[in-house]
Amino acid sequence: MSATSATRAEVCVVALAECFRGDGEILANPIGTIPMIAGRLARATFAPDLCVTDGEAALVDNDAAFVAPEDRVLEYWNPYRSMFDWVWSGRRHVVMGASQIDRYGNQNLAAIGDYRRPTVQLLGYRGAPGNTINDTTSYWVPRHSPRVFVEQVDTVTGVGWDRAAALGRAGRFVDVRRVVTDLAVLDFETPDKRMRLRSVHPGVTVDDVVAATGFELVVPDEVPTSRLPTEEELRLIREVIDPEGAREREVPTPA
Amino acid sequence: MTRTATDKLMTVDEVVARLRPGMTIAIGGWASRRKPMAIVRAIARSDLHDLTVVTHGGPDLGLLCAAGKVRKAVHAFASLDTIPLEPHFRAARQAGAIEDEPLDEGLVHLGLQAAAWRVPFLPTRVGLGSDLLRDNPRLTTFTSPVPDEDGEHELLVAMPAIRLDAAICHLNVADRRGNAMFLGPDLYWDDLMLQAAPTGCRFISAEKVVDTAELAGHGCLHQMRISRMMVDGVVHAPGGAHPTSCEPDYPRDEAAQRAYADAAASPEAWAAYRAEWVDVPEEEYQRKVREGR
Repeated sequence: MSATSATRAEVCVVALAECFRGDGEILANPIGTIPMIAGRLARATFAPDLCVTDGEAALVDNDAAFVAPEDRVLEYWNPYRSMFDWVWSGRRHVVMGASQIDRYGNQNLAAIGDYRRPTVQLLGYRGAPGNTINDTTSYWVPRHSPRVFVEQVDTVTGVGWDRAAALGRAGRFVDVRRVVTDLAVLDFETPDKRMRLRSVHPGVTVDDVVAATGFELVVPDEVPTSRLPTEEELRLIREVIDPEGAREREVPTPA
Repeated sequence: MTRTATDKLMTVDEVVARLRPGMTIAIGGWASRRKPMAIVRAIARSDLHDLTVVTHGGPDLGLLCAAGKVRKAVHAFASLDTIPLEPHFRAARQAGAIEDEPLDEGLVHLGLQAAAWRVPFLPTRVGLGSDLLRDNPRLTTFTSPVPDEDGEHELLVAMPAIRLDAAICHLNVADRRGNAMFLGPDLYWDDLMLQAAPTGCRFISAEKVVDTAELAGHGCLHQMRISRMMVDGVVHAPGGAHPTSCEPDYPRDEAAQRAYADAAASPEAWAAYRAEWVDVPEEEYQRKVREGR
């Protein structure tokens, strides 16, 4: 096994794990298959004090992402209502999906078209307004496309940097940190908080990402390649956290 | 003289008879988990109409939309868990058939808590900066009359009380007086919904109905979260959450849920589903589930 044999999904796992670096003792709440694996990888390596959920009503200490209920190492009973205690006190970093996202990280999970009579009803606002106004938020987009990365989202469910700035003090807890996709890692580390291309995954060009993005990205002169998993990280992903390979079904490696 | 406690045991039809058209009804459970489906099916069969449904939405909301019972949905989402989007709710929204009052999940919590505590609103920053303030005109902002930790008077959202006319929930085990326990991983918002609803219209169904002296033996003290002070009617409804999960009594019936979801494909598919699984007495529904399909 060598790091150069890493699959695209494994590069995504590491990129998402990196979102949690430096977070300390908070609830890492990555939603989705690859984000869930990533949260466990971060805790197993460089962020050992993170808390993670079993996806239902418990915080668990297992490194394995998908375990039978009787094999869970339980830390805390965490029913849905407890989630708001973490969210509203600023002790959570969520990774959400996005049906649409714009250059300032405004997210839409609710509906396509006019909200009052949508052409496509999606999930709804869910917890996005509360997550984003209170805590650090990152996004996971398993298919980077111009349909997701749009000039303007139809409904703002998750608050982006421009709207946070307009709120002034009331928006002080907004922290949209990263967007990880199957092609690249993006962030908002620009003077005006516009989305920036942070790195491209191995085998992906800057032009590929620009073509798959429906708005103008901030593209630095030099765009690095996303970090490859270390051999130890690959071992943890393949043998401990996700031995069944669920990650490869969410992001198949391009032929 | 021995005390004689009120016996609240009733049938699903007696519950439905206490409901009125136009009511605002909270439905317990979460997505496709521990939903009071026996009562929901009875509402779908009834002549009730123009209901406002407050829910962490699952097949409760979808079934009532498909049956034409819903005027307005008050919700943060609707999902069938293993089927991410609730297809019947989706169809109703895309057809413009229902009004929609969107909330964040946490705002549902605050709105129910405000109603239960009899205050007009509770303060929060949830909603600021999002389009909730555009899409839900009941949400307003105000400047805090009380300074924050830095002495600033910050902008906040007033989450109004979600005033209910009725609440329905499904629990694992209850007594005839309305004390009940959840035995699965999560109570969801069941207790708060029952506390937010007015006396006379708070109903639970349960997998088992036992004597009060036996109740505690079914779990532990911390699971005794539904008090008879919150409940006006108890329905004995084994399988009453089907096809949603009711852990640890039974998991979600994925095949039955798939059949329900597939019925959103066309009016004909819905009519066939309805004839087989909705327009039948609950006893017959449960017999068909037991005998398999």
